[in-house]
Amino acid sequence: MNNFMQMIFGRLQLTEAFPREPVTAFAAVGMIMTGFLVIGALTYFKKWRWLWKEWLTTTNHKRIGVMYLAVAGIMLVRGLADALMMRTQQATSVGSAHGIVSTDTFQQVFSAHGTIMIFFVAMGFMFGLINLILPLQIGSRDVAFPFMNATSFWLFTGGMILVNVSLMLGGFSSAGWLAYPPLSESQYSPGVGVDYWIWSLQIAGIGSLLSGVNFLVTILKMRCPGMTLMKMPMFVWSVFGAMTLVVFAFPILTATLAMLALDRTFGTHFFTSGGGGNAMMYVNLIWAWGHPEVYILVLPAFGVFSEVVATFSRKRLFGYTSMVVAIWLIVLLSFTVWLHHFFTMGAGADVNAVFGIATMLISIPTGVKIFNWLFTMYRGRIRFTSPMIWFLGFVFLFTLGGVAGVLMAVPAIDFQVHNSLFLVAHFHTMIISGVLFGYFAGLTYWFPKVFGFRLSEKIGRYAAWCWIVGFVVAFTPLYILGLMGATRRLDHYSASLGWQPLFIVAGIGVGIICVGVGLQVLQLLVSIILRARQGKPLNDPWDGRTLEWATTSPPPVYNFAIIPTVTSRDEFWEQKQTKRRPAKPMYQPIMLPKNTPAGLLIGMLAMAAAFGFVWHMWWLVVIGALSAIIVLIAQSARDEQETELSVETIARIEAGEKYA
Amino acid sequence: MPHIKTSYKFAILIASIIAAIALAAWYISSHPLAVLAPMGQIGEAQRNLIIVGALLSIIVVVPVFVMTIVIAYRYRESNGRAAYQPTWDHSPLFETIWWGIPCAIILALSIITWQSSHTLDPSRAIASNESPLAIQVVSLDWKWLFIYPAQHVASVNEVALPVGRPVTFSLTSDSVMNSFWIPQLGGQLYAMPGMSTTLHLIADQSGTYFGSPANITGKGFSGMDFTAKALDASDFSQWLATAGRSPHKLDLSAYTALAKPSQDNPTTYYYSSVEDGLYNLIVMKYMLPDISRVTQ
Repeated sequence: MNNFMQMIFGRLQLTEAFPREPVTAFAAVGMIMTGFLVIGALTYFKKWRWLWKEWLTTTNHKRIGVMYLAVAGIMLVRGLADALMMRTQQATSVGSAHGIVSTDTFQQVFSAHGTIMIFFVAMGFMFGLINLILPLQIGSRDVAFPFMNATSFWLFTGGMILVNVSLMLGGFSSAGWLAYPPLSESQYSPGVGVDYWIWSLQIAGIGSLLSGVNFLVTILKMRCPGMTLMKMPMFVWSVFGAMTLVVFAFPILTATLAMLALDRTFGTHFFTSGGGGNAMMYVNLIWAWGHPEVYILVLPAFGVFSEVVATFSRKRLFGYTSMVVAIWLIVLLSFTVWLHHFFTMGAGADVNAVFGIATMLISIPTGVKIFNWLFTMYRGRIRFTSPMIWFLGFVFLFTLGGVAGVLMAVPAIDFQVHNSLFLVAHFHTMIISGVLFGYFAGLTYWFPKVFGFRLSEKIGRYAAWCWIVGFVVAFTPLYILGLMGATRRLDHYSASLGWQPLFIVAGIGVGIICVGVGLQVLQLLVSIILRARQGKPLNDPWDGRTLEWATTSPPPVYNFAIIPTVTSRDEFWEQKQTKRRPAKPMYQPIMLPKNTPAGLLIGMLAMAAAFGFVWHMWWLVVIGALSAIIVLIAQSARDEQETELSVETIARIEAGEKYA
Repeated sequence: MPHIKTSYKFAILIASIIAAIALAAWYISSHPLAVLAPMGQIGEAQRNLIIVGALLSIIVVVPVFVMTIVIAYRYRESNGRAAYQPTWDHSPLFETIWWGIPCAIILALSIITWQSSHTLDPSRAIASNESPLAIQVVSLDWKWLFIYPAQHVASVNEVALPVGRPVTFSLTSDSVMNSFWIPQLGGQLYAMPGMSTTLHLIADQSGTYFGSPANITGKGFSGMDFTAKALDASDFSQWLATAGRSPHKLDLSAYTALAKPSQDNPTTYYYSSVEDGLYNLIVMKYMLPDISRVTQ
C-alpha cells in the first residue's frame, strides 16, 4: 500500500505539504479564493466560450501580448507583496524582536521576489510589449510562427503557475534567486523548494528561447517592402539585439538548470562540493546567462524610450546610427563581463582587472544613448505626458545607478560592497528605472494603439511620481546601509548596529511605491469606465511617427489591409507631412493563422511534467512530456493551419464594421 | 494664476529635498559608515578609490543632469520662442564629443582599475617590517572557526589581530559558500568548500569591529556574524594567553562536533590546542575520493 502511494504521489505527503505559517497560509487561501472568484464570475457571466475562443486558443500576436501583460501585472502585485514583507521583517526584526515571519519563510520570500520580478514581471512586460507592437512596427500581419508564439506564452504561464503552486504545496526555494550550490544541492536544501525553482524556470526559459527565435525570424524575414535594416524603428533594433542575446544566453540557463536538477534528483556531481563537482562552475554558467539577461531586459526598454522621446519631442530620433552601433556594442560586451559578479571568489588580479575594464566599457554605449535622447529633445517641442515623466525619472535614477555600477566594476571597490545592500540598491536602480519605467512608459504610450482609448493621464502622472519618490525613499537608505556593512538577505540583526531607522525609511518607500501601483490599477479601471472620452483622438492619439500608428487603433485582426511600403524611418510622420495618401486600395485575400488549443495544451502538459519532477511522480513526468510531444506533432501535421479572409470581409472591416 | 501654483509646488519640492539631505547627513554623522571610515590601510585605499571614482563620474553626471533640466525646460511645447528643428537628427561633432568624453573617463578609470586590482589584490602580501600573522578561517554551519596555526589556539566567532601587523587569512568552508568580510578593515573574499582563498588585511587602530558572513548560508545565516578585535601587542598576547588557558582542545572529534549545524552560537569560545594540519584536512577532504566507499 505504501509503495503504491509512493508511486502515485512520489514524495508528496499531503499532511506535511500545506503551509503552516499564518502569513503563507493566508496568502495561499487568498490565492485559492481569488481563483474561485474568477471561475465563478466567468460562469455567472457565461464567458467561458468567449475566453476559450478569443483568448486561450488565440494565435494572434496582439491577444498574446495582452495576456503577457496581464500575467506580468498580476505577478508585479505578488512580487511587490513579497517586497513589502521583506521590508516589514527587516524593519521589525532587531535585537530581541524577531519580526513577522520565520527565517525559512523570509528566505523563501526573497527567493520568490527575485525570481518572480525577473522572470515573470520584467520578462512578461517585455514579451508583452514586443508582441503587441513589433509586428505592427515592421508592417507585418503577425509574427513568423504564430503557433510557436502561443506555445511560448503558455510555457511562460506554466512556469508562473508552478511558482505560485509552491506557495500552497511544499514551499519555494530558500536559496536565493540564483540558487548557488552547494546551498541549493540536496545535501543542504533537501526539500522541494529548489526543485520548484528549477522546473518553473526551466519551462518558462524554454518559452523565452522559442520567443527569441520567433522574433529574430520575424525581424529578419517579415519586414514590409522598403524597410531596410537601417529604416527600422529603434524599438525594432533594440528587440533585434535583445533577442540575439536570448538565443545565445538561454540555452546556457537550460543546460545549467538541467545539471543542477540531475545533481538533486539523480545524485550526479556537477556542482557538489565532493565527488569531483565544482560549485564555481555553476556560478560561472549561471552568470554567463545572468549578465546578458540584464541587457535582454533593458534593451527593449531603451527601444521604448527611443520611440517615446522622439514622438513627444515631435522630432526625429537623434543619432540613429550611433544608437544602432551602441545597441550592438552592448550586445557584444554583455557576454564579456559575467565574471564581475564574482570578483570576490579569488580570481587573480589580471583576470579581475580585465573583466572590470570590460564592465566599464558598457557604460560608454549606454552613456551615448542617454546623450542621444537628450539631443532628440533639444530643439524639439516637448510634451510632458506621463511616458515622458517615466523617461525623465529614468534619466536621473539610471545615471546615478550607473555611477554606482561603474564604481563596483573596480574590483578593489567591489570587495567592499559585494553582497551588501549597496549592490542590492544598485541593481534595483538599474532594473526599476531602466526596465520597469521603460515598460510603464511603453504601456502608456501603446495602450491606445491596442485598446482604442488612452489611459487617464492625470492618474498616470501621480502614479509615476509615487514610483519615483517611493523609489528614492526606498533605495537611498539601502545605499547607505550597504556602506555601513549591511549585507543582503538578513532576516535579523543586532540593534547596536544602528541599521533599524534606515530599514524603516526604506519600508516607507516601498509603501509609497505600493500607492503608485494602486494608482496604476485605479488608472486602468477609471480609463475603462471613461473609455468613450479617453478614446479621442482615435487612431493617432500622440501624433505618432512609426508604422504602428498608420493603421486603426485597435488594429484589425490582420493589422494592415494593404501591406505598406516604406520610404523613410519615420514613415507615418512623413506621410502626414507630405499628406501622401495611398491610392485607392485593391484588397487581396488575407491568410490568417487559425486558433488552436495546442499551445495551451503543451504549456499545461509541460507544467504537469515539471510538477511530477518536483515531487518525483515519475508517471506524471512521462505522461506529461509524451503528451506534450504528441500534441506538438499533431498540431504540426495539421493540413490547414490558416484560414482565408475574403476580399469582401476585408472591405467590410475597413469600412468600419466590427469583425465578427 | 498657474505660475504661482507652480512655484509653490517647486518650493515644497526643494524644501523636502533639503530636509531629506539634512536628515541623512545628521544620521550619517552619528553612525559612521564602516566602508567610508576604515581602520586599516587596505580599507583606506579602497575608500580612496571609491572617492576618486565618484569624483570622476561627476564629470558625466553633472552635465547630464544640467542638460536634462535645461533642455526639458527650454524646449517644452508651451515655449513657442525656442528653436524647433524637427528634422535635425545628426551631428558628427556632438556625437564625437559624447563618444569621446566617456571613452576618456573610462580610459582613466581603466588605468586605475588595472593598478588597483594588482596593488589591492587580496592575495598580495602587505609590505611591512613585521612578518604577517597567519590565521586560518573555516566557515561552518553556522559559525566561524579561527585557527592560529603558529600559536596552536583557535576561537569561534571572535578573531583577534594585533594592530599594525599584517594578517594573512586563509579561507575555506566546511559547508556551503560564504564570504568573509570585516567592513572596517577592507574588502571581503569568499570561503568555499574544497578550496582555500587568501586575504590580506591589516588593522591600524585598535577597536572592536563588526564581522559579516556576507553570503547566504541557509537557516542560521543571520546569526553567524562575528567580532574582529584589533588589539595592541600586549592585549593581543593576553588574548592568546586567555585562549591558551581554555579547557577545550580542538582534536578531530571536537572538530566533528563543532562542525555539526548549530544556530546563534555564543560569541566567544576558545580552544587551547589544535590538531596539526586540521585546516588542510578540511580543504582536502572534498578533493579526495570517498575513502569510506572505496574501502567497503
